[in-house]
Amino acid sequence: MLVIKNLKAKVEGKDILKGIELEINKGEVHAIMGPNGSGKSTLANVLAGNEGYEVTSGEIWFEGKNLLDMAPEDRAREGVFLAFQYPIEIPGVSNATFLKTAINEIRKYHNQQELTPKEFLDLIKEKSKVLGMDDSLVSRAVNVGFSGGEKKRNEILQLLTLNPKLALLDETDSGLDIDALKIVSSGVNVFRNQNNAVLLVTHYQRLLNYIVPDFVHVLSGGKIVKSGGKELALELEEKGYDWISSNEFEKANV
Amino acid sequence: MNLKKLMFNNEMSNQKMNKNKQNPNWYLESFVSFEESLNGHSKTFLHDLRKETLPSLEQLSFPTLKDEEWKYTNISSISEQNFIPVSKLPQIILSKEKLKDFLFQGFDYYLLTFVNGIYSNELSDLERIPEGIIIENISTVAKNNPQILQKYFSKLSKTENIFNAINSVYSVDGSFIKVSDNIVLDKPIQIVHINGAEDNKVLSVPRNIIVVGKNSQASIIVNYFGHGSEPYFTNIISEVYVDEGGIVDLIKNQSENENSFHIEKLQAFQEKNSVFNHYNFEFGGSIVRNDINSVLNGENIETHYYGLSLANGKQHIDNHTFVDHAKPNCMSNEVYKAILDDEAHGVFNGKIIVRKDAQKTNAYQQNKTILLSKKAKIDTKPQLEIFADDVKCSHGATVGHLDDEAYFYIRTRGIPENLAKSILIRAFANDVVESVKIEQIREQLNHMIFEHLHRVEIISE
Repeated sequence: MLVIKNLKAKVEGKDILKGIELEINKGEVHAIMGPNGSGKSTLANVLAGNEGYEVTSGEIWFEGKNLLDMAPEDRAREGVFLAFQYPIEIPGVSNATFLKTAINEIRKYHNQQELTPKEFLDLIKEKSKVLGMDDSLVSRAVNVGFSGGEKKRNEILQLLTLNPKLALLDETDSGLDIDALKIVSSGVNVFRNQNNAVLLVTHYQRLLNYIVPDFVHVLSGGKIVKSGGKELALELEEKGYDWISSNEFEKANV
Repeated sequence: MNLKKLMFNNEMSNQKMNKNKQNPNWYLESFVSFEESLNGHSKTFLHDLRKETLPSLEQLSFPTLKDEEWKYTNISSISEQNFIPVSKLPQIILSKEKLKDFLFQGFDYYLLTFVNGIYSNELSDLERIPEGIIIENISTVAKNNPQILQKYFSKLSKTENIFNAINSVYSVDGSFIKVSDNIVLDKPIQIVHINGAEDNKVLSVPRNIIVVGKNSQASIIVNYFGHGSEPYFTNIISEVYVDEGGIVDLIKNQSENENSFHIEKLQAFQEKNSVFNHYNFEFGGSIVRNDINSVLNGENIETHYYGLSLANGKQHIDNHTFVDHAKPNCMSNEVYKAILDDEAHGVFNGKIIVRKDAQKTNAYQQNKTILLSKKAKIDTKPQLEIFADDVKCSHGATVGHLDDEAYFYIRTRGIPENLAKSILIRAFANDVVESVKIEQIREQLNHMIFEHLHRVEIISE
């Protein structure tokens, strides 16, 4: 589904990603872990097409298409979704208006009919229920006055309604208490199936207790320095990132 | 443009106009023929006021960039043209049905319509006005009830510049609204000014006088629109008196033609426990200047100024506000925003005086601007003069572009660039639009914002 080859990227003139290699197939959940400043969020943003990040070399192929040639909205329409670490507030535009606009723009791109108001409302109701979200949140302005947990839940509501092929979760667990973490995780688990994939970026192992990954990658100094199964996350939790940084990082740079 | 042709179409073509373009005394010289054209109307006290003001047309000159009050606004394209004063109702150019396109719809209202500053009875709707309320045009009040008009006319606004003088000398009509004590007006009043002509460069100089009595409430919407192809000049004086405990909401929708000039001076005067809310929506005009002034002459007064300017092309929109805190325990809050595209130029000058007696004043001011293009610009200047020592005052100004991170966020949901920008514009304008109490007006304003900026509109649920 997703193939990343030798991806290098800069932010404000500084090299952050220094040659990422990664392949994600249908039905897989990958976790990218790493210390602060290792480039985890940069990777998520580059995949979604943030123009604040400059890709200097490498390739990204998504379902056989060159993602780097596409604007953010086209990547979204092709099926890439980024759940933001810090979701944006949009006063004056309701969640319902925003989501309906997004769904219908994506449907138009695929030559599908726009949803009727009834179809849309039914869809929203169904997905809000999964997340235990109050109906009133849907009529409120996007993320305005939402608590940190509500914002993250709202990201997952968008994920469930837009139903992309690849979900990128950027530090979705940050700032969540354990109850909110459970709800958000169960939302992601409802989303995942044999035909889609999840790439989650996190600093902490605790999210992986709820969303169990198939693969764990450690990102350090702009490169993936170690990959393994879900056990790797536990090992990291135990030994800390220093363990990787001192051993694997040097090896990777040889 | 063919100036000769204009002269012959001009109702005052007998006037000598050989010095035409560079004539600084045009408004002085035009007076004789203007006076003749007034016929029977020259006997009222209004005409005495005109004559009193006439000498100031000679003494005052047009402001230049050297005048502190006008340093960002070049009005030479106004002063270099000779706009023709209008004293009679021009031929009606549209039907009452068509007029509705210019008005906020979806609620009941009283309607006063003016064409080039002159009242049109045919296009107005003043039926069943409750007792204790006057909603009329000024020239009718001057004829039938001059004492009451005399009590309020030009009592608040002084002649501060040549534009005020031109209005005072040439204004023959306008709105007169008076609500007696203890009355809540049952529905809003809409005033619509249609300005401009096909064959003349006209001067439209209406007055708006609003007097709201003790513990009374009124909501008034004043719309300015353009008609015809020639440039024209709208130059307004508005006076608002809010008596003790009164509440006035005044909404301005300035949607003049793009080749027109628009200047308004509004002077409000508030007595204790009163509330004055002014909402200023600026869409049209090539050069626009608003002076919006309030004197807070009692305790426990609230004054709210909301402003939103949308400009593109080479539009120039200058808003000067002045809140004068004269007494203790009052609050004023001001939120002025602008969205400027292309080569548009915005000016905001927000003056607040807190006089020595005005202890426990709360005065806030915010000016925020979004520049949609590299050539758009804003000059913004807060001006706080505080003479009392126990006050809370704050001001802030920001100038920026649409937020990149928010723009990216919206696009990652599959929403294209133009629609993403519209969503951000809507978000930026939201607090000003939402401050309007009438829902139908809010909806129509949102629509007008997108239309004016040539942007795709986001359709609400």
